[in-house]
Amino acid sequence: MKIRIDHDRCRGAGQCTLTAPELFDQSDDDGTVVLLNEQPPPELQARARLAASLCPNSVIHIADTSDP
Amino acid sequence: MSAPLAPAAPLPTHRTCPLDPPPEYQRLREEQPVAPLAFPDGTVGWLLTRHEDVRAVLADDRFSSARENASSPVRRNLFRPEDRPGMLLNMDPPEHTRYRGMLTRYFTVRRMRALAPRIERIVADHLDAMEAAGPPTDLVPAFARPIPSLVICELLGVPYADREKFQRWTATMLRLDVSEDEAWRAREALRTYMRDLVADKREHPDDALLSTLIRAQDPDPALTDQELTGMGRLLLIAGHETTANMLALGTYALLSHPDQLRSLREHPEGVGRAVEELLRYLTIVQFGTVRVAREDVQIHGVRIRAGQTVVASLPAANRDPGQFTEPDRLDLTREPSQHVSFGHGIHQCLGQQLARVEMQIAFPALLRRFPTLRLAVPPEQVPMRDDMFVYGVHALPLSWDR
Ligand code: HEM
Ligand code: HEM
Ligand code: SF4
Repeated sequence: MKIRIDHDRCRGAGQCTLTAPELFDQSDDDGTVVLLNEQPPPELQARARLAASLCPNSVIHIADTSDP
Repeated sequence: MSAPLAPAAPLPTHRTCPLDPPPEYQRLREEQPVAPLAFPDGTVGWLLTRHEDVRAVLADDRFSSARENASSPVRRNLFRPEDRPGMLLNMDPPEHTRYRGMLTRYFTVRRMRALAPRIERIVADHLDAMEAAGPPTDLVPAFARPIPSLVICELLGVPYADREKFQRWTATMLRLDVSEDEAWRAREALRTYMRDLVADKREHPDDALLSTLIRAQDPDPALTDQELTGMGRLLLIAGHETTANMLALGTYALLSHPDQLRSLREHPEGVGRAVEELLRYLTIVQFGTVRVAREDVQIHGVRIRAGQTVVASLPAANRDPGQFTEPDRLDLTREPSQHVSFGHGIHQCLGQQLARVEMQIAFPALLRRFPTLRLAVPPEQVPMRDDMFVYGVHALPLSWDR
């Protein structure tokens, strides 16, 4: 799995950080998303998907890759 | 598919159960997901009741948030140009982007969690006072209203001693049945109050948010007093009125579902999910939110014309069986799944992380302190806020064993 961020669309709602703090943080400078790990390990992939589905601005995109 | 349209009807507002939205929404969701809606100002627009449609419209930049061009579903639109500066709720990009970008850094998950110790203290103080005064108590003035008011006052730098004034003005502004004159006077009073406060902060800055925004170098040009007044009012109103109603109505809902209440007492660590479920189930922004079509848009074969107002019903979307299994059941362990109680798209609630921290602390603390908490009146005597933009209870008389 690979995560891609469409940063310009982010409005800092924080659903991502709330849902998967291991993968997403919010910048102290402007509150927008910071991707911490673009290739989440298997145990975090379900929450990566949940964060993508909860983001109000379709910022988080998930591509399935053949690796774990 | 372009079925013949029924004549436009007004927004359903008649509830048969105080904790459920008007049953009419269910029929509309099944039979007429894009229903013609008659507004009090005489215009006709549309009502959306399906979860996927509500989300789609709120994320679609062909729909504008400019309330000056919108009709209100529940009364005549009282928007005036003076309301505009700083009111990001009513703005579209790029204006909205500028204001929102200035504010988000102050409302991140991390910053709001850092407030937890202070919020715990405030909650404990109010519980102490309730305990000392003894039962019965009205939860609204004793707990639900003061806690978010005090928190937002400290965050913004608004003197808490002024709470009676701004709570009264807000209550008048958000009532449906006041005269235009009265609503306008309340709005004007709050505006004057905030303008004077901003002027005062320019002279005597502190560490709170209003002063921080005055000092901020980042927006260029710097914020004007009108803009600061608008942002201050928006944050003050949104910061106390909404969470207050969630706390009181949420407590009422828990007391009406003893099995759910017991499970939350036994598993306070599940409070995160419980709060999301209460938000979904109760959807206090009860008339939904409005958008105006900028161009003609087709939804399910229905043509929405440029300039028409669309009401995205948040309560109807949150009870859509297409999205939530057994949507009419309060289930505090429900898996997280895209409720729209904080809206969706670029305007999704700026204060949601603050509201979450407040609720996640306040509900368990209240239940812990009063293990025998119960209604002090029969449930049907609890006065519901059918007459307010934000749903809730006007009062919640409670009792407990000493
Ligand atoms: C449980 C409590 C709350 C609920 C249910 C709630 C609900 C909402 C909803 C539905 C919207 C979107 C309206 C739209 O799209 O037209 C919104 C926006 C907003 N809320 Fe909240 N809110 C809550 C608490 C708060 C708090 C505590 C604050 C302040 C600190 C706040 C500040 C705001 C602001 C500033 C906006 C406008 C954001 C923008 O336009 O980008 N809210 N809220
Ligand atoms: C400066 C503060 C605010 C002002 C001046 C203001 C003004 C207005 C006006 C003029 C309307 C149009 C309809 C009417 O007058 O009947 C309205 C409606 C509404 N407002 Fe506000 N408002 C403020 C803050 C908020 C906040 C903080 C929220 C919650 C997040 C909110 C939520 C709504 C909702 C849900 C409606 C009804 C739906 C609609 O017509 O958009 N408002 N408000
Ligand atoms: S949930 Fe989406 S909009 Fe909100 S901070 Fe995360 S990426 Fe940005």
